[in-house]
This record gives sequence, structure tokens and C-alpha cells, in this order.
Amino acid sequence: MLTKAFEGSVDYVQVMDENGAIDATQFPKDLADAKILEMYKSMLFARALDAKSLSLQRQGRAVTYAPLVGEEATQIGTAFAMRKQDFFVPNFRQHGVFLARGFPLDSFFVASRGFEDGNKIPNGFAATPVTVPVGSQMPHAVGMAFAFKYQGKDAAVVSYVGDGGTSEGEFYEALNFAGVWKVPVVMIIENNQWAISVPRRAQTASQTLAQKALAVGIRCVQVDGNDVVAVYKATSEALENAKEGPTVIECVTYRMSMHTTSDDPSRYRSDDEVAEWAKRDPLLRVRTYLLKKGMWNDDLEKQTSEEQLKQIDEAVDKAEQFKPDPVGMFKNAYSFMPEILQEESDDAIASNFWQ
Amino acid sequence: MQMNMVSAINNALELILKENEKVVLLGEDIGKDGGVFRVTEGLQAKFGEKRVMDTPLAEAAIIGTSIGMALAGMHPMPEIQFAGFSYPAFNQIVSHAARYRSRTRSALSVPMVIRTPVSGGVRSLEHHSESPEALYSHVGGLLVVEPSNPYDAKGMLIKAARMNDPVLFLEPTKLYRLFKQEVPEEAYEVPIGKANVVREGSALSIITYGTMVPVVKEVVDDKKVDAEIIDLRTINPLDEASIIQSAKKTGRVVIVHEAQTSFGVGAEIAARIAEKAIYELSAPIIRVASPSLPYPFPGYENYYIPNAKKVASAIDKVLSA
Repeated sequence: MLTKAFEGSVDYVQVMDENGAIDATQFPKDLADAKILEMYKSMLFARALDAKSLSLQRQGRAVTYAPLVGEEATQIGTAFAMRKQDFFVPNFRQHGVFLARGFPLDSFFVASRGFEDGNKIPNGFAATPVTVPVGSQMPHAVGMAFAFKYQGKDAAVVSYVGDGGTSEGEFYEALNFAGVWKVPVVMIIENNQWAISVPRRAQTASQTLAQKALAVGIRCVQVDGNDVVAVYKATSEALENAKEGPTVIECVTYRMSMHTTSDDPSRYRSDDEVAEWAKRDPLLRVRTYLLKKGMWNDDLEKQTSEEQLKQIDEAVDKAEQFKPDPVGMFKNAYSFMPEILQEESDDAIASNFWQ
Repeated sequence: MQMNMVSAINNALELILKENEKVVLLGEDIGKDGGVFRVTEGLQAKFGEKRVMDTPLAEAAIIGTSIGMALAGMHPMPEIQFAGFSYPAFNQIVSHAARYRSRTRSALSVPMVIRTPVSGGVRSLEHHSESPEALYSHVGGLLVVEPSNPYDAKGMLIKAARMNDPVLFLEPTKLYRLFKQEVPEEAYEVPIGKANVVREGSALSIITYGTMVPVVKEVVDDKKVDAEIIDLRTINPLDEASIIQSAKKTGRVVIVHEAQTSFGVGAEIAARIAEKAIYELSAPIIRVASPSLPYPFPGYENYYIPNAKKVASAIDKVLSA
């Protein structure tokens, strides 16, 4: 006897193509043009923040930075789909999500200067801070989603991981737990084609990254990650269905810049490849769409950019006023101050090591 | 009520589950099976599958999801079946559980108790007899505790479950059923961060914890030596004050633990005594611990674990110096 033990397939969704043309059959019914406009402004903001961060790092005013340019649609589309009560668990490149969800910009820049104090998530801001060890944040998202279900809360968790991160054991373990527990989590695979210098094809023989969900009995979809409408649509649908269980969304995008400011992509990839992806720029197509609709023009773009830059500059100024508090290192290791730490802290102060 | 360590911990878990709705137990085989050492026996029947959960077999995710639960306002108590299987979760424990509070300047914390059986002497297979307390104490941000008797086990577990910190709660398998003790039925706390002076004495100080506490007691009784015995109970943060006080009082120190000698807890204690009490010592500090080797297969464990003879010889040496 020979029968099929399992059959599965993965859909690919694009709603707005590179020229700003819409596939009406896929267009989300509840999405107003006004929201597309807001998402466009947010993408502009993310790109501006990125440029500023890069420049601060190059001037020695910030530590290593991971640019997001090229990945704005994935970050902003998912952020706009979240409801107020939803939580997000980033990896390390999701500055756009923080921005779109209203994270205090000055705190962002304090963290960029290399101080944990910037990570002091404000009460009510539903996110964990940047996680550096890739993939290790995924089980946290699943545990949080478990907690929301346990507590009877109408909230879901949106977590982010890169294409490289999907090779980590913790990614697979998290996926598996999410499937078994049927918890309200939406896992965004921000597939930007490059894990530092290792291309997507060398990362896995899997045809899509989304299909990894099929092995653990989770819904999945692949979307054009440079199409903010498709990203928004897939994330909204996944969140609507979150009570029934998890979803994996692979957003196919491209890291237009370096892995981090310590990286030189010219060592491992061609300019031609980058130029090819530049044609699929996530902002360009939305701009074309809005121009056609008469909702956008050069003056508005100039005015918006000026306002955004002003906000960014004010936040940078405020962040640069921040004075480090080394005693805070000792005070925030435990819920109490162990005698041994108190002594180390007192010693450092008494000996004036911190002048 | 007379209880061994298994029943004392089981009783503590029951009281904690009753006391705090935020607590869930999760781990491999802890539900219907009651855990491989039966520590969680009967708890799933009493509290349901929602609060006492069998998980898939993946330690990193057991700890990783527990961290997520803690970040979202719960107080999970994951079990790692044996400490030797905690290494797949090392990244989660060290990179996240230990760091979340400092990473966010206390905006987010990870209240969680990781229970896991440690140490050998029970003829187990490879990886079932590890003593990893020094590994986890070295990183900072984690409370690492190890009771040596049923009374302390219950009180420390209840205390751990009421703290807003990640606690690694190490349960010596050798002591699980070794002896019974009078343990109150109601909830009580034994402090974390405070060593226990098991026996006061003036001839020498023996600083120990975990599986070695009964061994040291036996040797001291046999030799009728006036030793002060300190059971650390908490490895991190170390109760330095009690250690220094005793070292100054007796001037002679033996440190006894089952874990490997090199880079171990004993080294840390000896260094602190050297820094703060060396001029008050009458003899060099002696460490009695396992060889600086990986834990062997069970056939060799009695050649490896420090025994009464080794402890007795160290006492003689430090007293004759």
C-alpha cells in the first residue's frame, strides 16, 4: 500500500506590485487609503531614523548599528497590523517596529549610545528590547503567548526572526511548542536574503522558510515583504485568527545595506544584485500609488521629512544629555542588593574608579 | 511531619501552587508520571494539566518559554530532568534569564524557579550526575541555591517562589530519599543568601553544601573534632560574612564540595578568605572536591566523589599544620 501521509503547500501573496498597481482580489477590505498613507509616512520615518543612526555611528556618537533600510514594509506593515494590546518580541533589526509602536525616540538613542538605561521599556509599552543571540527570542514569544492564553487576555504576540535565525535550534523548538500549545503568536520571518555574509540559499535547502511551520502543524504563508499592503494583510489575518493558534509569515525582503556598521557587504555580494532589489524598493511603490491617488506630492514629502528630522534631532539632543549611572549596573542585577555587590559598588565609588 | 526531601519538595510545590495562581509547573514527564524522581507526583491530578504540564522534549524551549511567561506576569517553575540536560538551555539561562533585569534596568524581570536534580552517588548513567553550580554562579544575575535536607528544601523553595528573580534550585539526587526529618506542614521560608551554621565549633571551619553536608557531619561526629560546619545553602550570592566570620574565629578552613576542584565554588571561597582573613589563619586552606575531570561513568564514581576518608584526611592535615 502506498498513500500520501502528508501534503502541504505554501501560498505567496503580493497585493501591491513594484509599480504601485493593486491586485484587487487580494486587497484587504478594511484597509483605507488613509492608513496606507500613514504607513508610508512611518516607512519614511524609519528610513530617516536609519540614516541618522548610521551617521551617528560613523561619527562615533553611537555603538554598532544594524541598518534596516530595504526592510521598512515588513516592519511597518506588521507594526500597523498589531492591535493596542498585542506584544512584540524583536530580534535586533526591528527599529522600525519600535518607532511605529511609539517607543520614546530619546530612549532609542540612549540605547544606541550603549546604555541599558535606554532599554527601560516604559510601563504599558508592549515589547521586549532588542535580542542579540538570533532565534533565542522565539521561545520567549511563545511563552508570552501562553501567558496571555492562561490569563484569558485578548492579546497576541508578534515575534521577529531573520532568515539566518530560522536555522537555530531555539527557532524550531519555539515553533514546535507553539504548535503543541496552540498559543496566540504570529512569527514573522524577516527574510532579508543575507545572514551577514551567508546567502539564503546556503542557509537551508528548504524551498521556502515559511514551510518550516508545516512540519509542526502551524499555518504559514509567504508574502512579498517589500509590499506593505501584503504584509499588513497577512499579519492582520494571522492576528484575527490568533485565538485559534499560531501563524508563521515569511516576508521576502532584502537587506539593502550592511549587516551592521562593522560589516562590509562588498566582500561577499555584487552591486548588480543590490541594484536589482533596489527596483523593488518598498517605499517607491507606495509613493507611486499615493501620487496616483492624489494623496501625496513632493511638497508633502519635503514637509514630512523636515518634521521627522526635527523630531529625530530633538531626540538625539535629549539622548546626548543622558549621564551614565554606573551604580545602576549593581542595582539592577537582582530584586535586592546582595552584600557582595554592595561592597563592589561601594569600593568603586570610594576608590574613585569611575571619575 | 516526617518527610524526606522528595516529599518536602512535593509538599512545597503543592503549597506554592495553592498560594499563587501565577505559578505553573512545566517539564518533561512531570505530569501523569510525576517526574522521573516522583517529585511532582500527584500534582497534575490536584491542579490539572493547565498548571502542571508535560512539555515536548526540548530544554531550551522549556526555559525559553518560561522566560516569556515570566515576562508576561506569570511565575513559572520549570523542571530540567537532570542538571546534565540543562546545557541545551544554557543560552536561555545565561543570555536571558540572568540578564533581563539588568538589560532593561529592572523594567522587565524574570521571576522563575528552575528546579533540577544535581550531583551523583546514585549509580546513574553519563550526564545524570553533574554538579554545575559554579557554571551558573559565575554569570551573575541568577540565584543559585542547593538545600541539603528536607526542611531547608521546603523552606527555600517557598522562598524562591516568592522572589522576583530567576532562581536555579539544585536538588541533590543522593539526598532525595537518604533521610527523613521533621518538617512543618504549613508554608514557611528559609532565607536565600544566608548560610546555615549546622554545628558551632572552634577547632576548624568546614564550609560545605549539598551532598557533602551529611558526609562532613558523619566525619566530624566520628572524629569527635570541635568543627564548625557551615552549610552554604545559597551558592550565589555567597554569604561571605558568615564564611569570613567563621574563618577568623577558627583560623583553619576546609572546603568540601562534590563538584570539580578547579575553578569551583571552593576556589571562590578560598579567595575571599585569603583577601579578608589570611592573617588570621593558622594553616593553609584545603579544598576537598572531585578531580578536575568530567564526571565519570557510574562504575568509577566512587573513585571520583570525595568520601569520608578524604574529608577526614583534610581535617587531620589542617589541624596539624
